[in-house]
Amino acid sequence: MNGESKTVVEPYGVERAVPETEAEFRQEEMLLNLGPSHPSMHGIVRIITKLQGELVLDSEVEIGYLHRAFEKSCEATTWNQALIYTDRLNYVSTCINNVGYCLAVEKLLEIQLPPRGQYIRTMLCEVSRIADHLTCVGAAAMELGAFTVFLYMMIAREYCYELIEDYCGARITTNCSRVGGMPFDLSDGWLDKVGWTVGKVRHILKECDILLTYNRIFVDRTKGIGAISKERALQYGFTGPMLRACGVPYDVRKDHPYLIYHQLDWTVPVGHRGDVLDRYLVRMEEMEQSCRILEQCAGKIPGGPVSCDDKQVVLPDKKDTYGNIEGLMNHFKLIMDGHGIRVPAGEVYFSVEAGNGELGFYVVSAPDENSRDGCNGRPWRVRCRPPCLSFVAAMPEMIKGLMVADVVPTFGSINMIGGELDR
Amino acid sequence: MSEEKFPEQLAIEKRFPAAVLDWHAQHGDRTLLVERDRILDIARLLKDDLGYNVLLDLTAVDYLPRKPRFEVVYHFMNLSTLVRLRVKAQPDDEHPVVPSLTSLWAIADWYEREVWDLFGVKFDGHPHLKRIMLYEEFKGHPLRKDYPKTKRQPLIGPEN
Amino acid sequence: MSDKRSPTRLVRPDFTDPLRGQVYTTRFDKLLGWARKYSLFQYPFVTACCGMEYMSASAGHYDIDRFGAAFPRFSPRQADVLWVVGTISHKLAPIMKTVYEQMAEPKYVVSFGACASCGGPYDNYATVQGIDTIIPVDIYIAGCPPRPEAVLDGVLKLQQMIQNSKQPWRTTDVIERKPLKA
Repeated sequence: MNGESKTVVEPYGVERAVPETEAEFRQEEMLLNLGPSHPSMHGIVRIITKLQGELVLDSEVEIGYLHRAFEKSCEATTWNQALIYTDRLNYVSTCINNVGYCLAVEKLLEIQLPPRGQYIRTMLCEVSRIADHLTCVGAAAMELGAFTVFLYMMIAREYCYELIEDYCGARITTNCSRVGGMPFDLSDGWLDKVGWTVGKVRHILKECDILLTYNRIFVDRTKGIGAISKERALQYGFTGPMLRACGVPYDVRKDHPYLIYHQLDWTVPVGHRGDVLDRYLVRMEEMEQSCRILEQCAGKIPGGPVSCDDKQVVLPDKKDTYGNIEGLMNHFKLIMDGHGIRVPAGEVYFSVEAGNGELGFYVVSAPDENSRDGCNGRPWRVRCRPPCLSFVAAMPEMIKGLMVADVVPTFGSINMIGGELDR
Repeated sequence: MSEEKFPEQLAIEKRFPAAVLDWHAQHGDRTLLVERDRILDIARLLKDDLGYNVLLDLTAVDYLPRKPRFEVVYHFMNLSTLVRLRVKAQPDDEHPVVPSLTSLWAIADWYEREVWDLFGVKFDGHPHLKRIMLYEEFKGHPLRKDYPKTKRQPLIGPEN
Repeated sequence: MSDKRSPTRLVRPDFTDPLRGQVYTTRFDKLLGWARKYSLFQYPFVTACCGMEYMSASAGHYDIDRFGAAFPRFSPRQADVLWVVGTISHKLAPIMKTVYEQMAEPKYVVSFGACASCGGPYDNYATVQGIDTIIPVDIYIAGCPPRPEAVLDGVLKLQQMIQNSKQPWRTTDVIERKPLKA
């Protein structure tokens, strides 16, 4: 301590040194644990920060608190049974996970759905994407104090959930697709409901836009915060809205097209600063583009079957299962253990654009020792490439030099989903 | 083996002859099987010269009854041409070690920690190889085929 | 001057007797139970997919605030109810136990979802097969994830349980805990 410090003697005789200049304040570094159970940590992640006052000098992120052995569980189930585990990966936009896994296995089987099935898959994916972005932006805004925005976005999300529930019966863990087909056809009035939902979502997006986008408090708390440059983002393997906010226009739907995205008219929003405000703006605009995609799909959807006609992969209609012996035998062969979908040996990587970015499935099929035809009724390895692992790995770099209060909007903008991160 | 060689493979074979052990392009995915010790050099060639600047994924597969047992799988992508490439390397069975890519990509750090945690494959040159998905006291590497799925090692509570 | 009718029946004020309808007799236990059940401070220990239904149940559509259980208190010292929402892995179990032990009595535990109740679809090396092997649980809400209506039903059952149980309020009161499932 340089300089002289004045000593103050209390009446009861305790002596204290009162520092007079800023340099005399003893600055020690403190390790603060933003622990696994924390209100602003969406899901469970531990950030150990080294603080000097409120300034973050360095940090380390510890994950793995929701490791539920997705990959090991998939190896013990058949190809269609592994779908339930994919629901629980990114549990906010579940239809996208289901469709991604099904498309990967279909690539290995070299089959494709008829157009109507592809339109239905596209619509479910976009509704899920809207739900994902609503949850992300709503929760991030809530942590910055905008509780109204959270409640409004939850209303919109309820409409999305009702739409999905009308199709497959479940709101969140949807299991809405099967390998080689779709479980159900659309019910009457579902397409009108899509139009109604899109109208409601657009209305709520407009209200939240008015509340947040030019709000002084929101902009001050998010502009320039948590920024990352394009080069560092690519070093970390960023994809999705986080990468587009940095200025790289990479979207799997446009660049490696799947389903029917290449037949529709929509654009990819791109930011340039790479900070929290740009990510928010990119997500808001993406929701609007998803609404456009939904409207176009609802107008253009053709008739026809929803599943491919490969009898060795797709279950027969119920009227055939209960009606004639061939349908019954077909159903039996597909359901019983040891039979089922037999996928030839091979490996494939397929990626879809999830709410967070490139969700890749690396699926390996290898024959086990009892197999006579070189195929396997169970996956040998299902690897999910989680988009949000990159973002959480880049967290220490994004919050370095910021205040503790800036960790909250940065983490909120990442949209870390524990099920996907830890699998 | 009777397919045409693709340009990345030709470039790699020119620089490191006999490093490419096998190749195929099944289902449209270009795949190369390379020598384990050359992985870092090949990755550097892909990144600097051939433009594969994104490491999409780094994982491993355990083909237990088969020898060699492990296969470490890398997925690269060229952001300008949007071409993906898969590169595989096969470490030893008893003490699997592969060179680390942390000097080229920052995200390789966490991917390699996950492969160490779940498969037990060590990465040479990794700054701090420790468990990421499981807790430190966990014994074994669960994604190996000889680890039973339901074998529990609880920290607290009964072994239910 | 006491009114022998039950306190929940409405009584028209009788202006001849200023105390009529103003004094209710009840047991102190019941009064404390009534107060405690309608002011539940929850500690949301949210981990996984059930968290989405928890958010839906807390938001405007299926409002949990109607039942007095709206306020999440993010410190376990201030909370009454520990909502264990989602899968608990073995890595997270000691932390959950620490949070439970930090809560002050009387405390209740709601096991929300299939994973917290029995491990759910995850019968593997990483998942705790039911949190009742580690902490005593009062209410189980089944579902994967449970619909918000099921959540509200769970809250109502919890409130009924609180009302009907003996209320500890002296520091010498012995609090009975359910035994852990082995």
